[in-house]
Amino acid sequence: MTHGAVEPASMTHGAPVAPRARRPVAPREDLLRGVWKENPVLVQVLGMCPTLAVTNSVANSIAMGLATLFVLVGSCVLVSGIRRWVPDQVRIATFVLIIATFVTVADMTLEAVAPAIHKSLGAFVPLIVVNCIILARAEAFASRQSVGRSALDALGMGFGFILTLLLMGTIREILGSGTLLGRSLFGPSYEPWVIMVLPPGGFLTLGALLLVVGWWRQRKAGRAVPVNEPACAPTVGKVA
Amino acid sequence: MSSSNPLVVTASPHLSTPDSTPRIMWTVVASLGPVLAAASYFFGVSALLVVAAATLGALVTEFWFGKGRTLLDGSAMITGILLGLTLPAGLPIWMAFVGGAFAIGFGKLIFGGLGQNVFNPALLGRAFLQAAFPVALTTWPKPGGTWWELRGDNLALPLMSAGATDAITGATPLGLMKFEHAGTPVSDLFFGTTGGSLGETSALVILLCGTYLALKNYLNWRIPVSVFAAVAILAEMLHLLDAPRFPAPAFMLFSGGLVLGATYMATDMVTSPVTNLGSWIFGAGIGVLVVVIRIWGGLAEGVMYGILLMNAMVPFINRVTQPRVFGTGRVTGVR
Repeated sequence: MTHGAVEPASMTHGAPVAPRARRPVAPREDLLRGVWKENPVLVQVLGMCPTLAVTNSVANSIAMGLATLFVLVGSCVLVSGIRRWVPDQVRIATFVLIIATFVTVADMTLEAVAPAIHKSLGAFVPLIVVNCIILARAEAFASRQSVGRSALDALGMGFGFILTLLLMGTIREILGSGTLLGRSLFGPSYEPWVIMVLPPGGFLTLGALLLVVGWWRQRKAGRAVPVNEPACAPTVGKVA
Repeated sequence: MSSSNPLVVTASPHLSTPDSTPRIMWTVVASLGPVLAAASYFFGVSALLVVAAATLGALVTEFWFGKGRTLLDGSAMITGILLGLTLPAGLPIWMAFVGGAFAIGFGKLIFGGLGQNVFNPALLGRAFLQAAFPVALTTWPKPGGTWWELRGDNLALPLMSAGATDAITGATPLGLMKFEHAGTPVSDLFFGTTGGSLGETSALVILLCGTYLALKNYLNWRIPVSVFAAVAILAEMLHLLDAPRFPAPAFMLFSGGLVLGATYMATDMVTSPVTNLGSWIFGAGIGVLVVVIRIWGGLAEGVMYGILLMNAMVPFINRVTQPRVFGTGRVTGVR
């Protein structure tokens, strides 16, 4: 794995490392890691299902991003808080139970506050339960770190997720409907690119974004780095 | 090996051919000339505008993102012209440009350039356009009118939809057959005086150009022959079963983009099988898919998806049709 050299902070989580003196990680690093360096979608390529499925408009992207952020922060704080009392054998089940609780809260809140968006998101709100980002952060970070660091990490990852969804939603809504947040941009004679609001448009947009990010990272590193290698190794060493 | 010394010792290969990738590509481009001329004969200046826009889109993308001097090998040119020939004459030219750019960018360069792509780039560009602008891609102007007359709102502003024009549009022969059960005389189909996309009208010209390429060995004749054979046999069987419901084989052969697709797109050297047996399987698969999509599918025309689906099968076809290397393989027992 080459990212150890690229990013020293990642050594402090993920696979357990040999006990040695660790330098304290600045809170800022915990927070910002998820936004760009380890962006859950663009770098770790996690949470593909909502990324592809609900980003056909900006409003849907924001709603899905906020719901995921809420669930992510809530579950990571709780998982971190009870990490000393959860036996290793049942930890995944515990995580899922905690996540499901927060998802139910988010689902019902969304239904009450914005029924139209809730309807257009459909099954994808309950499906946050199986969003890999949340389980990955709970397992790889929150279950080993203090409550404060977990909260910062979850916030950063959640914002990284929102930003990516927003980017995809903006591209797809502008091309696919000629609107932004429902307001027309180009006038009535705009010819919408129907494909962009359909599922293939999601794949095309995500592929193009991953291409640009990969190209950018390669250029910055000045040499070939494996683009899609996840920057966190969630269960290495823990699963026998 | 035209060295003056007959005993010169070198490493293999010892046989060479004057053919090279650019030479083949530019020959194919030249052979598309008559097809283009026919398109412009039937659809006037609109045909040239649409093909030029699609070609420009392809060339600009190849120039911008391609590595090295790939613009000169002519393959982007072929993709652009072929894509243009699959489009209707009245299409706004900015859509043709977008299609050309998509065909090269997402159909070829993203896989690593010429020789690496899985799908025929021109058809991928058309599939994208069909999914993105379904209405514009199914508005078919009728041939006729003066040469300078635009067949639709070709010059619509970029990103804007085509305005209403007084061009006469109508269903293609396949659309008529599928949705209104109305036939079209086969002679009209053969010479091209019917509605349809630019290159799908005149079967005669395309077959002549295809024969020339096949004689030069620049296209594998097994592929178009097996496509036509599969379509003819399947259509004949269905026609014998229920003549009023299923059209005659001649109609199936010469309507729509079958002749253009089988001659120029299925035979793309990159996306067709390398073995002869594989070529037969590949062509027959396309023919069966075309008939199935045309008769039972929701679309009037199935050539594009037929070829793209069989493109996806090519690696598997290549694998199962590998000839056995001489001196290896099963032991059949001592006699």
